Amino acid sequence: MSALDAMYQQLILEHAKTRSGSDLTADQAAAMPEQAGVGQCHQLNPVCGDEITLRLELEAAGTQPTVKGIHWHGDGCAISMASASILTELSEGATPGELDEMIGHFRELMRSRGRLEPDEEILGDAAALAGVAKYPARVKCAMLAWVAAEDALRQAVSTSS
Amino acid sequence: MVMVSTPATADTQVALSEVEVLRIRNDFPVLDQEVNGSPLVYLDSGATSQNPRSVLEAEQEFYELRNAAVHRGAHHLAVQATDAFEDARATVAGFVGVAEDELVWTANATAGLNLLAYAFSNASIGTVGGEAGRFALGPGDEVVVTEMEHHANLIPWQELCRRTGATLKFIPIDDDGALRLEEASRLVTGRTRILAFTHASNVLGTINPVSELVRLARAVGALVVLDACQSAPHLPLDFKALDVDFAVFSGHKMLAPTGIGGVYGRRELLNAMPPFLTGGSMITTVTMEKAEYLPAPQRFEAGTQPISQAVALAAAANYLRETGMERIAGWEASLGQRLVRGLSAIDGVRVVGPAAGVERLGLAAFDVAGVHAHDVGQYLDSKGIAVRVGHHCAQPLHRRLGLTATTRASTYLYNTTDEVDLLLEAVAQVRPYFGVAGAGASK
Repeated sequence: MSALDAMYQQLILEHAKTRSGSDLTADQAAAMPEQAGVGQCHQLNPVCGDEITLRLELEAAGTQPTVKGIHWHGDGCAISMASASILTELSEGATPGELDEMIGHFRELMRSRGRLEPDEEILGDAAALAGVAKYPARVKCAMLAWVAAEDALRQAVSTSS
Repeated sequence: MVMVSTPATADTQVALSEVEVLRIRNDFPVLDQEVNGSPLVYLDSGATSQNPRSVLEAEQEFYELRNAAVHRGAHHLAVQATDAFEDARATVAGFVGVAEDELVWTANATAGLNLLAYAFSNASIGTVGGEAGRFALGPGDEVVVTEMEHHANLIPWQELCRRTGATLKFIPIDDDGALRLEEASRLVTGRTRILAFTHASNVLGTINPVSELVRLARAVGALVVLDACQSAPHLPLDFKALDVDFAVFSGHKMLAPTGIGGVYGRRELLNAMPPFLTGGSMITTVTMEKAEYLPAPQRFEAGTQPISQAVALAAAANYLRETGMERIAGWEASLGQRLVRGLSAIDGVRVVGPAAGVERLGLAAFDVAGVHAHDVGQYLDSKGIAVRVGHHCAQPLHRRLGLTATTRASTYLYNTTDEVDLLLEAVAQVRPYFGVAGAGASK
């Protein structure tokens, strides 16, 4: 498999089309939510114009909150859109601690220039994005939704009592 | 009389031939390499051009034989360096049709436009009086640009207006990327102090009607600033014949290294303008309280200048002059048409700017339906083809076109028709590769 095919795996291209979670409207994206346990973050890659506004909602479940869902509004390349879609599916039901660990591991993987093997236990489908790490110019595309989720999570945790 | 803004048509003998282009390629060492297993196809000269051996050697020779600070020191090398530096100025000034004392060295076109905007800004806050008053802007004054400007010819004017209280207006474009001249004549009024526009668009390839715009500005007494960043490398150019007041260009887009470019200004204007950067090398008498400034061009060249880069830019200008700017323009015009025709014929590809058959530079920016420009560029790179992707520093233009990003292939005198065809072949495979073209996915 060529490096290009490794980056644009079928799974990635499918996620780039289905775009799980991309149901936040432009109007919703334009306003910051005020409910407790909800965070929202806008990220822009000025180099190519990739853009995402991501909203993360926590729900109380037993002893600690979990991610109820991620909804986003965005536009960009196949890598950034697939990455947001995969993150949306992965994060559902995760505790803040688990999502933080996922984001941390994903960031390490992306910064590794292809030297790290993805931990599929932690990353699930996001492991398929490992091929992006060999293209430093594309790492930002893959990271866009994750950086937004990290900030939205921080806000959501700080407002959920 | 040489036509100054119109490239020669490719079907006459004034264009380079394919054989000459193949010979020219041998002068550019960087072109002779493989990228991702394929011969490099460099179609990103609109961003930065490659350097012929004569340019690389001129810079190296300067460092090996003549390196010294210029315009100071009485030793042998200082004299040699100063001669080389000022000879370079004369060569480059001649290349764009102006006198040597009307050419100011800058880092690039962006630095040149900022130099002008800040000089006008300084005139507006009255740091110097007298003659400089003619550049002063204030509330009620207007600066007019166009909708197709590179950010470099937009943001310095936005900032100048913000600092002075003047108002920024823009001439809109039509759907084919041409300036709407009827709007231009409505927008350029007695309030207009500066009309700043690009000679040729780095995205659309449109070549603007300089003389008509100059006529509008002259009628109301506005200053004309021409962004020649995309024209100086590709078209025969004579700023005097174009009758503009100021013009800027970048060396690295015309076969020279980075870090060198020029501002042309009419002599009487440059000498009346307050300086932007101040410090060493641009003064006559300095006391602890104040300083007197040298005439142009030194008044705008504070600090040690990019000397070897200026020498290399002169070598680049010589290379272009000897090759023949009309013949280069003719060749590139044919490549530009080949690009537009070929790309437009590919399913799902939309080329922005002038339609096939209409004059344009040797470049084409395009949208591939269903595939983001970044992914298009990545696919082309896997075939060894270098293009630019993104908004090309022209976000308002892309917004006007209803796009956030495009893919741009831009040619120069060293590109062949085969290279254009390789691009066309590869672009035709993009939608199948990403699975957006229905049947025939190649994965």
